[in-house]
Amino acid sequence: MSTPAEVPAGLPAAPEITEPLQEWHRLHVRMLVVRPLNEGVAMLVPILVLLFTGNGEKWRLIASGVTVAAILAFSYLIWRTTKYRITDDQVELHTGLLTRKQLAVPRDRIRTVDLTSKPGHRIFGLSAVRIGTGQQDVPGTDGLTLDAVTQQEAERLRVLLLRKGVAPGVASPEEAGAEPVALPESEVISRLDLKWLKFAPLSLSGLVAIGAVFGVLSNYADDLGLHPVQDLWEWLFEHPSLTLFAGFLVALVVVGLVLSIPLYVLQFWNYRLTREPDGTLRVQRGLLTTRSVSVEEQRLRGVDIQEPLLVRAGKGAKLAAVTTGLGSKGESNLLLPPAPLSVAHQVSRDVLKVGSDPTTLRLRKHPIAALRRSVFRHVVPWAVIAAGLAIWAPSWAWPIPAAVIPFAALIGWDNYRSLGNALDERYLVTRNNSLVRSTVALQRTGIIGWRIRRSFFQRRSGLMTIGATTAAGAGIYHVTDVGESDGLALADEAVPELLRPFLVDKSAADESAGDESAVDESAGDGQADRNVWR
Amino acid sequence: MSPKSVLLWTMQAAVFWLVLFVPQLVVFLLVDEPPAWELWVLVATAVVGVVHTAVEPSWRYRVHRWETTPDAVYTLSGWLNQEWRVAPVSRIQTIDTKRGPFQQLLGLSTVTVTTASAAGPVEIEGLEHELAQRLVVELTNTTQATPGDAT
Repeated sequence: MSTPAEVPAGLPAAPEITEPLQEWHRLHVRMLVVRPLNEGVAMLVPILVLLFTGNGEKWRLIASGVTVAAILAFSYLIWRTTKYRITDDQVELHTGLLTRKQLAVPRDRIRTVDLTSKPGHRIFGLSAVRIGTGQQDVPGTDGLTLDAVTQQEAERLRVLLLRKGVAPGVASPEEAGAEPVALPESEVISRLDLKWLKFAPLSLSGLVAIGAVFGVLSNYADDLGLHPVQDLWEWLFEHPSLTLFAGFLVALVVVGLVLSIPLYVLQFWNYRLTREPDGTLRVQRGLLTTRSVSVEEQRLRGVDIQEPLLVRAGKGAKLAAVTTGLGSKGESNLLLPPAPLSVAHQVSRDVLKVGSDPTTLRLRKHPIAALRRSVFRHVVPWAVIAAGLAIWAPSWAWPIPAAVIPFAALIGWDNYRSLGNALDERYLVTRNNSLVRSTVALQRTGIIGWRIRRSFFQRRSGLMTIGATTAAGAGIYHVTDVGESDGLALADEAVPELLRPFLVDKSAADESAGDESAVDESAGDGQADRNVWR
Repeated sequence: MSPKSVLLWTMQAAVFWLVLFVPQLVVFLLVDEPPAWELWVLVATAVVGVVHTAVEPSWRYRVHRWETTPDAVYTLSGWLNQEWRVAPVSRIQTIDTKRGPFQQLLGLSTVTVTTASAAGPVEIEGLEHELAQRLVVELTNTTQATPGDAT
């Protein structure tokens, strides 16, 4: 307590600190350099543009100077006004100059700790710490970020904040004596295998990256007063040529494929999934920007096996965690990068600690009416576009969407083939989608409600979409277009007693009202007959 | 559900369609020689608006149901597309009431029950204000008696 609060946080942090510190800490002073580095890069191009266009007028120099000074002043102010401390029961962060923000996260609510080091951070040995809680009601308020502290301090915080299971008050004295943070003996569940690189091109990440880079570049080009896209289009219209178009397409695909491999390496280099002794699962990965995401194992509500179409064709998949407290940025829920499906199943089994992966369960198919709906839904938009173009656009336009229709129908068919559900003692399994097929195993005890939807057309074909709501992951997982009685039976069995009071015997309902559904629609009825109890 | 909700939904639908219709009408009347399609859109808006305003509220009223038991809150809502929502009382996080301008006019309230899921709350619409308040108190009491939030 006698140490002045101004001491920067993580100068060679004594590794044996296990007692929670009560003093206020600053973010690391090196952030004065790192923040402009990380964030200034984005401003670099506009500044250069500002400087080197025009004829070296004086105002351009001044404007650039002011921008740079503003960035520096800004990062100083952030550093100056931000402080954090970790008390016995919460993590507190005070930040902001004009709007002072005081964030406090109760330590027993901490579910995840995410350490991210961008290249700028790494040069200076720093790391940003994001602390996630279970709350997800208000977007953007989830968790708390310390950007940044030294890597040792980050590591210390990770261990400190996620260690519980023992009541802090009782256990801390003996712990303090027993261990200078016992060197963690973590169990490796999975690590990068270079053979997985063959899934890189299949994940189309290269094409996505080209798109992103293209977007950024054309933005800057606009700043410079160039309009390459528009020029290109006009040029293409003047010289329509099929070979040119095909050549362009081939070049795009080739570049995309080639680019996807370094991208995979960039994201997943040194990938390791480990089970830490403190009861967390930890994913480490990244070549330039390194990431370490720790998830409290107890809060893991399930897994999601994702198979993008081409990756699926190559018998591959990636694995994501269904859990609370993860930010949405940059696939923070990723447990396994694109890898062989068998590996995904194995990792899923190890992560969930079950004998066999629930996602390998034999899934019940959905009624054939679901096929009709699926194909219909995929084809109609393209048919509408084609019809619209046929009326209002030049005559060469409409065959393009029309040509897409057969493929859309195929996707619709494949989407139907994906649909399925299953239930075992602990998990509800549901599979959806075609382009990125997703098989989710959701812990039945993690289901905190149902949303059961029947659209007009679904009611006509006797289908319903059952949504299991949960605090984790996407918040809701759907069993799409399942037969009405099957669906209700599934929901009733998955969470016993929840739906039961509202279900009536199908036969009884048929007799009494000729009602097509099995849910007791006569309940409530304006006067809420069952809502009074005492 | 109070029978007054029919009136509420009628007012809401009417306002929605008027907001769409009136600006169109103004433009149509002020512009010299408006194109023919403008008339068609105007007429279509009027027809769909009148039919929707006439049909939807009573249809909705026939569909809507709600119920609470000591264990769960349950609603059925919608008209063309219908949705059941069930939330166990043990998972409830917050219980709010809100009253829009029309609801205040009619003495109605909406009770919103949220759980830890981001997938949307259970909303009980169109309750008489007193009933809503009683319901909130009852739900709050049972919720407090049940620990845990399952995050």
